[in-house]
Parts: sequence; C-alpha cells; structure tokens
Amino acid sequence: MASALSIKDLKKTYGNGVTALGSVSLEIPEGDFFALLGPNGAGKTTIIGISTGLVNKTSGTVEVFGHDIDKEPEVAKTFIGLVGQEINFNPFEKPIDIVTNQAGYYGIPRHVAIPRAEELLNDLGLGDKMHGTAMQLSGGMKRRLMIARALVHRPKFLILDEPTAGVDVELRRSMWDYLTKLSKGGLTVLLTTHYLEEAEQLAKHVAIINKGQIVANGSMNEILAMHDDKGQAAGSYRGSKLEEVFLDLTKEK
Amino acid sequence: MPAYAQWTAFYTMLRKDMVRIFRIWVQTFIPSVITSALYFLIFGTVLGSRIGQMQGVDYMSFVVPGLVMLAIVTNAYANSSFTFFQSKFFARSIDEMLVSPMPPWLIIAGFVAGGVIRGVLVGALVLMISVFFTGLHLSIFNLAIILVFAILTAIVFALAGLVNGVYAKSIDAINIVPTFVLTPLVYLGGVFYSIHSLPVAAQYVTYVNPIFYLINGFRYGFLGIADIALWISFAVLAVMIAALIAINMYLIRKGLGLKQ
Repeated sequence: MASALSIKDLKKTYGNGVTALGSVSLEIPEGDFFALLGPNGAGKTTIIGISTGLVNKTSGTVEVFGHDIDKEPEVAKTFIGLVGQEINFNPFEKPIDIVTNQAGYYGIPRHVAIPRAEELLNDLGLGDKMHGTAMQLSGGMKRRLMIARALVHRPKFLILDEPTAGVDVELRRSMWDYLTKLSKGGLTVLLTTHYLEEAEQLAKHVAIINKGQIVANGSMNEILAMHDDKGQAAGSYRGSKLEEVFLDLTKEK
Repeated sequence: MPAYAQWTAFYTMLRKDMVRIFRIWVQTFIPSVITSALYFLIFGTVLGSRIGQMQGVDYMSFVVPGLVMLAIVTNAYANSSFTFFQSKFFARSIDEMLVSPMPPWLIIAGFVAGGVIRGVLVGALVLMISVFFTGLHLSIFNLAIILVFAILTAIVFALAGLVNGVYAKSIDAINIVPTFVLTPLVYLGGVFYSIHSLPVAAQYVTYVNPIFYLINGFRYGFLGIADIALWISFAVLAVMIAALIAINMYLIRKGLGLKQ
C-alpha cells in the first residue's frame, strides 16, 4: 500500500538557531489513523508545517502520496486537508464563506462548493451558525469550522494538529465519532494531541517524538507492549498504558 | 493545477476582496473622493483662477489627470498592502492560500487584481467629481491611453503595496511607506505643475521620480500634451512592473515573512 506521507531525514533549524527536528524519518500508510505524540516543543507542529508548505525545511525529503513537496508542491497539496493548532480564519467572515472560499482556492467552483460547504457545516453541527460571523462561534465551534474547511476539497489525507485543545468532552466525542467515520471511509488521518487516551482509542499507529527525534514508532499494540510496571512506586498515580509509555520515553533523564 | 481551477482560485480571491471593498465602502471609496474634491476646490478653483494657464491649458484641466492618478496610486497601493498584511498578521488567514495548491504567481495576481480594481474605481469616481469642478469641460484626447495608463499604474502600485505587505511586521510599517515615500513622490512628480516650470536642476531630480513618467503619460491621454515622449513613460512602467513582479515572486516563493 502506498504511503500517504513519507518523510526521510527531515531536518529543521530555525533562524534563531533552534533545531526543531534532528533527523526525522516517518511513514504513514494510506488509510491509517496515525497519532504523532510528543511534549510541547518536540517538533510535531514543525513536521506538519513542513508537510503542508507553511514551514521551510532545512534538509530531507517529504512526499505526499508519492509526490515530492519540492518538485510537485501543487500536486502534493491537493491531497492534504489541514486543521491547524491556531485559529486561522478571518473572524469577520461568515462560516459558509470561509469554507466556500477555501474550496475556491483548490479550484472548486462556487456552484459545487456551496452545497458541499453547507453539507459539511450541517454535519459538524454548525448549520444554524453558517450565515452569522465566525467571531460569534464558541471555541469548539471554531475548531469544527476548521475541520469543515479542511474537508471541503475532499482530501485523501487529513492532518489535525491538536484539534481538541480547549474543546469540552461532549464536543470532543462527537468530533471523534465524525472523524472515525471518515477514517473508515478511507481517509488517512494524522493526529497530534495531548489527550493520550484519545490517541490510544483512535489510532492504529503511533510515533512519539521528543526533542526533534522519533523515539518510538509502531502499531498501537507494539507501543503499548513497551510498557511494564517495573520501577512504578506502589500506590502512585497511573495513567493509561500509552501515557506511561509516553512518559517513559520523553521524561528528562 | 489545471487552467480552469486556476481561474476559479483567482476569481475566489478577487470576489472575496470585492465583497470586502464594497462592504466597507465608506473607508475604501469616500476618503479619496473627499480629498480630491478639496484639492479641486482649493488648487483648481481658488488658486487655479490666479495661476491661469499651465502648458497652454487652464489650470483646472491641467490638474485633473494628476489628481485622478493620485487616487489610483494611493488606493491600489493601500489595498494590496493592507489586505495582505491583514491576512498574514491579524487572522493568519494567509495560511488558507499557502496550504492550497495555488502557485505563487496566482496568489500575487489575486492580491494585485483587487488593488487594480479598487484603484481604477476610485480614480473613476474622482474623475466624475472633476467634471463638476471643470464645468463639464473635461478634455479627453485619447481614451485608450488614459485607460492603459490607469490600469498599468494601478498594477505597479498594487505590486509595490504587496511588497510592503509581505515585509511589514507591524501596522506602522504599512503606513510609513505611503506617508514618507509615496506621497512626496506623487506630489513632486508633477501632479500640480509642469516640470518646465521648475529650475533646470530640479527638472533633473524629477527625472528620477518614477511617478513623473506615469502622470506624464496619463496627462497626455487627457490633454495631448506631455513633458517627455510617451514611449519613455511606457518603458518606465514596463520596467517597474517587471521588476516588482520578480521581487514579489521571490518573496512569496521563499515565504519571506510568511514561513519560518
């Protein structure tokens, strides 16, 4: 099966001298639900930024469905839908316009884009909000608007960078139900999140990144099997298995 | 991206900007109209009657092309510089375009087209106002030259505004260039006078002001008189457009000020 995302020896050093990525290699198979986990500043968002054309890499190669982002950036971008970490739409615009315009940037004409945008906004529970201004939406609604925007051109690969940050439990669950349904329909999903129990339930494969290096990469079962109770103080707090593995791999030594 | 998809993306950008421009018409159209009306009143009617003629035409007719050009220049520049800066700084909605398959030239074309249309529309409004002050005696020597110079000038300054918008790191940086660079160049470029009325040394200084060539060509379209040959004005416009396209392509492709 082809890789949705293939990263080889990816390095990134920012202008201020900070090395965000050492030498990262990663494969995300087509149709996978892949979790990329790591502490703050580990390099998750940098990987996503480079893959989507928002960050310039220092060296290495990135391919999206076999298309190199340097040689065929326009083709590679057509496969990706991005839900970024920060809210990044014009709050003075209407949700229906934000989603419809995004379709337009992908070359989808308005007579196709408008019904598609309406359907997505309805599916994501924003049907009665689509003609107001986006600034009137709550935090969770803004996240869902960003998901609708990312899906309007029907990408094969959806990247979600901490999409549930600040979203309440009920909304989070409905969001994941929706995305799980899309994943079962063949959509490849790359997720970064700090809610590890979420990743444990949803993802088929996991990579853990720390200080710009991949420190674990495999199927969820393989990663969970890395956990043992050795060294665990009796009576101390224990999180989920994935949380324990995550802490083992990323804690300061 | 196939051609029809590129056209759709371009149309989307342009439509979005037009909706914005017309929604805030009090901010986008009215200021230049009021400023121009004041210029016409003071420089044309009050002072113009004492000046008499300039290059063989009455002063009001002489000053109209320059003031229309002033409106085109400032509006084309302001539109592209501000819309780009706003999309990169306030809401970071520029990411919507950067993650899309739109090539850099198409993003540039979308921003520039918005500036050109606003510049030409405001220029047309100022021209309509001028008809009132000239008592319906507006002279049009060659409409095609007027339109070509209006559009090419708007392209030049929309491109220049885009460079400003890409580089700007604060709203102050958007205002500094128009205030300290653009306005002096426009005022010293022959909007209110013919360079033949200047001392010889000052004439040579004017020759290095690119605005002079644009006003010269534009005024020729209205009055059939020019300080220098029309082809020189066209050549200067062409060089400026080519240079500014190259600069913008470099900036957007590299992602300077946009990508880390």
